[in-house]
Amino acid sequence: MSDATTTQSYAPGTHPDMPPPLLSSGVIYWVRKNLLSSWTNAVLTIVAFWGLWVILPPFYEWAFADAVFTAVDRSECQSLGDGACWAFIDERFKIFMYGFYPEPERWRVVLAFLLLFVALGPLLFDNFPYRGKAMLFSMAYPFIAAWLLLGGFGLTPVGTDEFAGMLLNVIIGVTGIAFSLPIGIVLALGRASQLPAVRIICITFIEFIRGVPLITLLFLASTMLSYFLPPGTSFDLLMRVLIMVTLFASGYMAEVIRGGLQAIPRGQYEAADSLGLKYWLSMRLVVLPQALKISIPGIVNTFIGLFKDTTLVIIIGLLDMLGMGRASLADANWAGLATEVYISIAIFFFLFCFAMSRYSLYLEKKLETGHQ
Amino acid sequence: MASIDTPAPSAHSDSGQRNILARLWYNKEARGVFLQILTVAILFSFIAYITSNAIANLELLGKTFSFDFLNVPANYDIGQTLIEYDSKSTHLRAGIVGMLNTLLIAVCGIITATALGFILGVLRLSPNWLVSKMVYCFIEYMRNVPVLLHILLLHASVVHLLPKPREAQEWANIADSIFFTNRGVFSPMPLPQDGFGWVTGAFVAAVAGVFIFSRWAKARQDATGQHLPVFWISLAALFGLPLLAYLLTGAPLDWDTPALKGFNFRGGFVIRPEFLALWLALSLYTSAFIAEIVRAGIMAIGRGQWEASLAVGISRGRTLNLVIIPQAMRVIVPPLTSQFLNLTKNSSLAIAIGYMDVVATVGGITLMQTGKEMETMMIVIGFYLTVSLLISSVMNWYNNRIKIVER
Repeated sequence: MSDATTTQSYAPGTHPDMPPPLLSSGVIYWVRKNLLSSWTNAVLTIVAFWGLWVILPPFYEWAFADAVFTAVDRSECQSLGDGACWAFIDERFKIFMYGFYPEPERWRVVLAFLLLFVALGPLLFDNFPYRGKAMLFSMAYPFIAAWLLLGGFGLTPVGTDEFAGMLLNVIIGVTGIAFSLPIGIVLALGRASQLPAVRIICITFIEFIRGVPLITLLFLASTMLSYFLPPGTSFDLLMRVLIMVTLFASGYMAEVIRGGLQAIPRGQYEAADSLGLKYWLSMRLVVLPQALKISIPGIVNTFIGLFKDTTLVIIIGLLDMLGMGRASLADANWAGLATEVYISIAIFFFLFCFAMSRYSLYLEKKLETGHQ
Repeated sequence: MASIDTPAPSAHSDSGQRNILARLWYNKEARGVFLQILTVAILFSFIAYITSNAIANLELLGKTFSFDFLNVPANYDIGQTLIEYDSKSTHLRAGIVGMLNTLLIAVCGIITATALGFILGVLRLSPNWLVSKMVYCFIEYMRNVPVLLHILLLHASVVHLLPKPREAQEWANIADSIFFTNRGVFSPMPLPQDGFGWVTGAFVAAVAGVFIFSRWAKARQDATGQHLPVFWISLAALFGLPLLAYLLTGAPLDWDTPALKGFNFRGGFVIRPEFLALWLALSLYTSAFIAEIVRAGIMAIGRGQWEASLAVGISRGRTLNLVIIPQAMRVIVPPLTSQFLNLTKNSSLAIAIGYMDVVATVGGITLMQTGKEMETMMIVIGFYLTVSLLISSVMNWYNNRIKIVER
């Protein structure tokens, strides 16, 4: 200040802003505020740095510096470096993704996957162009995808026993969610119904599904489901698993939608009643559009959970991505690469699920501002 | 919800010719009864249909429906048992061993997951940027990768990274008594001798004393406002009294130390790699979810509570313990319950790494050996439903205890 007054004078209000004191801005301020604000904080910082020091450099060496990215088998890997052997993942990547799907037909898988996003667009974004018409495509999508994947009607048929790898995870996850949505809505409405018999049946079903592990339901599908069908009928394992996963997901879906239904103020029901709408009309035109909208984050979360749970099918012998990974460990040329395989599959699931959870968070924030 | 009634049929009597069925259909109560009868009828005929199918199928295969197989010797071994069991024991006993193993992993997992989850949840909100971000990365990694993958990865790590027993003898041990090997973690097992009863007695007395003391201290604090260091005194009593009794009675405890014999350690107390991997994976996975729940719970408590507490001179740590967490618990407990249920259900993934829980024993080997799909699956499902019901009723009881008393 003294400098300014001696060398130059300013009219009142024209003095340029002084830089803030060193301790209240910049890097030093940030470090003091965020890392060293108190004794406990400083200790925590030191412990955290120590933890990073213990974990990160060895991991970097293992995963990158000493890692081998191209090799023909394990022994070559070992001779080139003593880090991770990513060459194996590189070699198996396609089979992890497509499973045993015949190579010349794989464009169908890619196309079905891309169309999935086209079908999801109108469901997820309100401002999607031509939303009404696009919605029709979304409705038809499961059948189009089934035709693309299974073949027939002009395409080479592919058996469901050739479905494996990531393809299987996506099929089970998407089918489970798509078909559990209508069942979940009916169950949630049934649970909120004023008819005691309907309510009790729905509650029993939902609580049963939510009370047992998915594994036992999958065991049911693989061992017992055929007992309950007329003698002589049988259908393939994937179909049975899809049915069970759908029932499983609808139990959870019902609870998510129930949350949405409960968040709708009573006035909305009463308004619909006073307009003279019958039960189904009032639900379809007034209650459900609002309830489903606020349930979307919950539905996305259910999907993330279900998508992770699709790995459980390896227990009953289906080879999803994790199953393909585990089976590939038996390869004698590439022995002892469990960590590499599991970590790359973990990264894959992480990217998928993390992206979806960010989306659901974004939606929650958007809906929150809309309601207040 | 309720649909509106069309005007009562009597009002239309002038227009006349409605038949009785139509009139009943337009009456809300009558329609309700009719719909319910219809639903129940459809349900029962469906059940009757699948039951008749099941009976026909069982007859075709020459199978009967009975639980007699439970009394037949099981003829398989189980690695880890809490009660006495060998391959000559019955399927029933094998099933009980499996159920106890499930309960063991569930209880251990719930305890560690809750403790770790609360710590992570609080650290996530720490003013320390680095710690908060590290915890965030950990939570997101744990939550977004399938639990089965965690289990397999940790199992592979335990088996591959930990040394063989012979090498563990050399470097992977603590004071030559606890050994970390790829066959499990071996530690000395205490063997109580004569006179150990005094130590147990001292512990029971300490527990009773602490209970009475803490109630007295609370009453005193309510009356006078003076606060005693209840936690530290209790801790000292709980450990001190048994230790005193132990030393006074002349250390009546022998240790069965594990020793390397051949390729593996013998004796001592062993935590098998399957249990270790499953326990770690379930605890870490669930703790990430619990941490998010705790964080949401703490954030749901208004800033005013923090500021008021700090303003009257209570330290940050005590504010958290005495003001924030008790209020946050009301938000935390309901979702926490479902995490406990999830952990218990996820413990069924034990079968992937060969930990013998109820699914692996009854639903796995017993099913394969006896071919009794119906009966074994009924037992497994019944078991899980019972456990789920038990956990939710305990947590509901706890939730009712801590919820705001409205006057």
